[in-house]
Amino acid sequence: MLSCKHILTMDDLSAADIVQILDTADSFSEVNERRIKKLPTLRGRTVVNLFLEPSTRTRTSFEIAAKRLSADGLNFTASSSATVKGESLRDTARTLSAMSCDLVVVRHKYAGAPQMLAESMDACIVNGGDGMHQHPTQALLDLFTMRSRLGRLEGLTVGIVGDIYHSRVAGSLVPALKKVGARPIVIGPPTLMPARPDVLGADVVYSLDEALPELDVAYMLRVQFERAERMPFPSNREYARFYGMNGARLAAAKPEMIVMHPGPMNRGVEISAEVADSPRSLVLDQVNAGVAVRMAVMYLLLGGAESGVAA
Amino acid sequence: MGYRMKAEVMDATAIDRALTRIAHEIAEANRGVDNVALAGVVTRGASMAQRLAERIERFEGVAVPVGSLDISFYRDDVATHLNPEVHRTDIPFDVEGRDVVLVDDVLYTGRTIRAAMDAIMDYGRPATIQLAVLVDRGHRELPIRADYVGKNVPTARRERVRVLLTEHDDRDGAVIYEQDGEDE
Repeated sequence: MLSCKHILTMDDLSAADIVQILDTADSFSEVNERRIKKLPTLRGRTVVNLFLEPSTRTRTSFEIAAKRLSADGLNFTASSSATVKGESLRDTARTLSAMSCDLVVVRHKYAGAPQMLAESMDACIVNGGDGMHQHPTQALLDLFTMRSRLGRLEGLTVGIVGDIYHSRVAGSLVPALKKVGARPIVIGPPTLMPARPDVLGADVVYSLDEALPELDVAYMLRVQFERAERMPFPSNREYARFYGMNGARLAAAKPEMIVMHPGPMNRGVEISAEVADSPRSLVLDQVNAGVAVRMAVMYLLLGGAESGVAA
Repeated sequence: MGYRMKAEVMDATAIDRALTRIAHEIAEANRGVDNVALAGVVTRGASMAQRLAERIERFEGVAVPVGSLDISFYRDDVATHLNPEVHRTDIPFDVEGRDVVLVDDVLYTGRTIRAAMDAIMDYGRPATIQLAVLVDRGHRELPIRADYVGKNVPTARRERVRVLLTEHDDRDGAVIYEQDGEDE
């Protein structure tokens, strides 16, 4: 049983909650290796994916997770929902509430949208990424992937490299790492750092090569060209040269250092093709972990309490 | 509300004898153990399955495959009772066409076994599913019976039966607890 009804930000989860989610996900990952990848656990529960911003992996990951738990899933996307007709988020929430769904996964371009939904409906809300704010299930699946490969989380030094400013992944991963006793370092050019990087609570380093020897994990962020108002650096080649993960940097790092990326990758920008396809890259492990972790989140939020009743 | 010990219905020797007899019965009923696999329901059922496998190997000279089954995700009461501690299910054999013996410590309502059968079926289509339990305490809520029983113990619903195994507890034994004081 988790200590929260919703997962809106990493602040909702205690360290014990995180460990419980990861342990439960471990059991679910076994299910994903079976021939019949289906459990009857959440039969009769309704899970709505409200994705008002484009997404492939997160939406399909939640969708598969819901299906493998036998929950009924519905997808609302920006183009197919009444949002294009001008319906407000609050009215969408009330509509979904009236259909008595049990859990809503929301992705929205504005920070705080999941919080607003949580305030206006009875269902459990899971943040599937809100603006430049947070993406908690991504951070959880990242922790799961690190723990599976490296056997521990405590004491790991994790470099989060690149577009810190726009990154909701960093927004969740930094507090998540701190909760489990790992040490996050944010690394990137000043133009891609928030105005006050110190408030993130992570160490701040502006040179990847300087931090590289310390890292157990190099977490390469996608440069979010679509969110940037103007090009934050002179050229992709220059970015790749100073902040991209490539074969030479991999060779210079600790031999057991792993490389992660939340996807989708800009090959040749923040990660070279050579690294992306190397055995030290856990990009596909992350995708694989995503299903198990989201199954765990749904199971722990919906199990043990009748729908809509916080315990 | 507390529970107090009412009686010890099996001691270490009784458990040892019962497991030995069940091991023989499994071999006899299946005409050998070449097609038999054991699946214990975690946690104590899984330890019992190990013990049965050791005995079968001693008597028959065949190492039967042993798996463990966590049935938390198959329960019919997920909505009201969440199991906080979920274990990994580990079925290291091909279920297809096997004679699978489910092993559990106490048989009560039958709901756990219903869930365990569903879990096994998700791995394939076994030839048969059989059930071995150490204690059958009655009060079934589903049409389920055990093929191999260590001991039948008449109980009242308000009582609790616990099997103790040295793998998890300080000794081997089977104990009935009685509620003292008011109702739940």
